[in-house]
Amino acid sequence: MNASRRYARRLLAVVAAVAALSGCAPIEPWVKPYERENLADPIMAFDRHPVSSSYLDHVYEAREGARGGTGGAGGGCGCN
Amino acid sequence: MQLTGISGLRAWLPALCGLLAAPTIAGVLPEDRADLLYHRYDGGGVVIDGPSVLVRKGFADKVSVSANYYVDMVSSASIDVVTTASPYEEERTQYSLTADYLRGKSTYSIGYINSSESDFEAATWYAGVSQDMFGDLTTISFSFKKGDNDIYRNIGGAKDPTFTRASEVRSYAVGLTQVLTRSMIGQANFEVITDEGFLNSPYRSVRYVDPGSPNGYSYQPEVYPATRTSNAASLRLSYYLPWRAALEGWYRFYTDSWGIDAHTAEVSYTHPMWQRWIFSGSVRYYTQEKADFYADLFPRRDYANFLARDKELSTFTAVTLGVGASYDFSIARLPWIDKAQANVRYDFMTIDYDDFLDVRETVLVPGTESPYSLDANIFQVFLSIWF
Amino acid sequence: MMRSLLLALLLAVPAAASNSAGPAPDFALPALGGDQVTLSQYKGQVVMINFWATWCGPCRQEMPLLEGIYKKYKPMGFTMIGVNVEPDPKAAEEWLARHSPVSFPVAFDTDSKVSKMYKVNGMPNSVIIDRKGNVRLLHRGYKPGDENTYLDQIRALVRE
Repeated sequence: MNASRRYARRLLAVVAAVAALSGCAPIEPWVKPYERENLADPIMAFDRHPVSSSYLDHVYEAREGARGGTGGAGGGCGCN
Repeated sequence: MQLTGISGLRAWLPALCGLLAAPTIAGVLPEDRADLLYHRYDGGGVVIDGPSVLVRKGFADKVSVSANYYVDMVSSASIDVVTTASPYEEERTQYSLTADYLRGKSTYSIGYINSSESDFEAATWYAGVSQDMFGDLTTISFSFKKGDNDIYRNIGGAKDPTFTRASEVRSYAVGLTQVLTRSMIGQANFEVITDEGFLNSPYRSVRYVDPGSPNGYSYQPEVYPATRTSNAASLRLSYYLPWRAALEGWYRFYTDSWGIDAHTAEVSYTHPMWQRWIFSGSVRYYTQEKADFYADLFPRRDYANFLARDKELSTFTAVTLGVGASYDFSIARLPWIDKAQANVRYDFMTIDYDDFLDVRETVLVPGTESPYSLDANIFQVFLSIWF
Repeated sequence: MMRSLLLALLLAVPAAASNSAGPAPDFALPALGGDQVTLSQYKGQVVMINFWATWCGPCRQEMPLLEGIYKKYKPMGFTMIGVNVEPDPKAAEEWLARHSPVSFPVAFDTDSKVSKMYKVNGMPNSVIIDRKGNVRLLHRGYKPGDENTYLDQIRALVRE
């Protein structure tokens, strides 16, 4: 019992160390950087017209009780 | 170092990798652009129009700065105004400045917004950070906003020197953007907003049953709580359709300490055509439950600690239909402009109030007036240039 | 203990391959102009492969600089191969013709086979290969100033 537990712990230590060495991505990104053409299309941008969307956000916030929850960053080409 | 098992290791490993990401890897700043917009809102007896100018410029591929100048010219004969006051004209001016600094996979942002009108001054500071990770499939962002407002009161066209109030707003938001497939991207956002101070309007009143009054009711000034805490959680999904179009769905749930629960859902479709045109359409549905201390007609004077009759806090449903068109072109005489785009957008908004009644109606018994509703036409025309 | 060491070595192999060094895999792709481009046809020259797309801002920014590097070092036995990763070559052809015509070969990797082979992990992505066909530099992304990194490596390699 004792020997197999020691063996398991040593195996865990080695595998863990190698996992740490083999890089920072236990799961491979499933959309590669060269497969981003659809997401990089300007029509897929979350906010194509900032000057217009901030105006409409203001129109709604001034007349409705709810506010917030509209922000966010990211998406696009994922370059660099 | 104590090992807690493979799952424990995997938990902190991505975080450690984020810290180790060298500054030689970097993200991308927003594009340089300038936009000139004319906006016009016409609904419920209120007409508000004005310009909005936005300029964004990047420097050394490290910093992007944007500045916005916005004006609302208000001509108001709204239901609140015509029933308790007289039509007025007002102008609100807003300046804002933001800077984004890109370092490695992180973007640090700061901003300042100043809004001023004759009886309300607001200054807001903003700070945010966003981090790209996991092969640029995931972006996490945090932001903090702090606003200080000064409220005044106009009497007979001049500022009342005896009336000065203040309020403070703080907002904390966290967002997660996730690439789901080659054609689909999702975004989740959660924001907490707290307000403190003088949160109502110096002009607005509530009405209560008053048998002694000729029409059966009288007015008294509204009384709001001095604090308000709200939570908003939203989810957005964008999908790229194979014939080159974009479909986006957005849902937000809102709840706050005043008892208001609201649901917002919006679907929009964007379709490019004929090389230079992009058409878009959207449908937005908004529904809210009234605040705890809201009533159209209170049974008697000083009925409760807090009293509100602001239709913004009532139970209502708002539906908005929007259409827009963009046209891409280039200006041969100005080669420093990469691309120019002319845009128009029209939104039609209709609001049906359940428990805000139209007191312009004369009825025998107060409280039996028909519920109020308004239709609004929102018009935008703007020019964008990229340089 | 031996078994866990073997397991460790097996896990470590992908780690070594994800860095650099080693022979550059050969490929054959259709190119702008109708011909075919293979890596082996440039054996004996210093080769820089640049993976790019029209939808990638830094890639577009970098293109004129790559043309400059190609023109300068071509006489010394250097070639640039632009590998466009988009499924439809038309976008690249139109953009190059209108904005940034280049004189070096541009290949179309429409099914991403070569991108996968070279484990492209960012856009743009540059690979510099020496005269013997070994990978000597892997560069991910582009920021103004990165062209100096390319030039340093190319200058050293053309002298070999």
